[in-house]
Amino acid sequence: MTLKVLGPGCANCKRLEANVRKAVDQLGLDVTIEKVEDYPTILGYGVQSTPALVRDDTVIVSGRVPSPRQIAEMLATG
Amino acid sequence: MRRAASRPGVTLPAGAIVAAAAAAWLVLWLGNDPFFDWLVYGALGFGTGTRLGDAVHFFLYDSVKIVLLLSGVIFVIGVLRSFVSVERTRAVLGGRRQGAGNVLAAFLGVATPFCSCSAVPVFIGFVSAGVPLGVTLSFLIASPLVDVVTITLLLGLFGWQVAAIYVAAGLTLAIVAGLLLGRMNLERWVEPFVFETHVAQAADPSKGLTWAERFRIGQDEVLDILRRIWPFLLVGIGLGAAIHGWLPEAFFARWAGPDQPLAVPFAVLLGVPLYANVAGVLPLIEALHAKGLAIGTLLAFMMAVVALSLPETILLRRVLKPRLIALFIAVVASGILLLGLGLNALAPAILGGIA
Repeated sequence: MTLKVLGPGCANCKRLEANVRKAVDQLGLDVTIEKVEDYPTILGYGVQSTPALVRDDTVIVSGRVPSPRQIAEMLATG
Repeated sequence: MRRAASRPGVTLPAGAIVAAAAAAWLVLWLGNDPFFDWLVYGALGFGTGTRLGDAVHFFLYDSVKIVLLLSGVIFVIGVLRSFVSVERTRAVLGGRRQGAGNVLAAFLGVATPFCSCSAVPVFIGFVSAGVPLGVTLSFLIASPLVDVVTITLLLGLFGWQVAAIYVAAGLTLAIVAGLLLGRMNLERWVEPFVFETHVAQAADPSKGLTWAERFRIGQDEVLDILRRIWPFLLVGIGLGAAIHGWLPEAFFARWAGPDQPLAVPFAVLLGVPLYANVAGVLPLIEALHAKGLAIGTLLAFMMAVVALSLPETILLRRVLKPRLIALFIAVVASGILLLGLGLNALAPAILGGIA
């Protein structure tokens, strides 16, 4: 599984990245987390409300910062 | 009730939890004033009408009032906004003409959930979807200007009349500035990559949510905003309480009263580069207003702080050439200046006793 955090580097994007890392640690997953800061690439995923979280090229969060627990639930269920 | 909620396997329906929270909110709201009357003047023994007693009462009562008001309003707006999304807004605005499009864009700028750090992707998304430049700018001006926290604070500190005037002024500014900039045919001052960017079709985040999930979004929004702004809010209300208690009446009337034409340009010049937290600035401004600072000057300052800021300008530089950024700032700042002067002239007629 590859996770990508999409966002230009604003405060919310950093919070999302931190929460994703916590969720991944909680679940003990072995995944790579990438940061995508380049606008054309972000929009290539159809994301206009940053920050966003992409799992294996599918957008699973956009425009908000879920808690580590909420992210863990999303990662565990699908 | 508590036992039922904690029993494994049984969860209360989201609606019941929201209803209970609303009831608790109402009790706190109604009990706020009597409780602090009892605490400050009764239990703690401050004399009624003493400076220190009144300042302490003002600080405690106002802090609780503002936090309650923010929680309630942000929750309701957060739930309502979960039905709107940037994707939906973009679809509505695509192919609109100037004029009606600007009006719609300003209103949608208020309704669409949107963080200022999304300004650039939203700009690219809108422009590449065929939303006219001026209409896109109306959206981007309205969104931070007519923002929930700002309006709620105005409501709590100044009353609904001032909040309503601010909303009307903010929407007018967004519509007129977008119209003007749209008329100037400035497309050549937009970075060319914006028109070439392909925006993929994405799932609309506002669709397919249950009510429990929408309530959750509202709750997250409240906690998120309060966690960010509470230190600013407390410092602002604290300084405000001190100003109320110790600064002489009509202190500012002499050099920043309604009849001082230079006060508004000065307020705008001061506000444009400033990037401050509304939660800290507004309680302070309310106290200054009580000491004679004119309402138009004060709202112009507020608007300059929230509508134009250095960090936002730096972000926009990624998509707009310097010439267009300069024009954008000039048009918005002039609009704020005119609104401030106009409000100062009209405030006594509209607001009567409050202004």
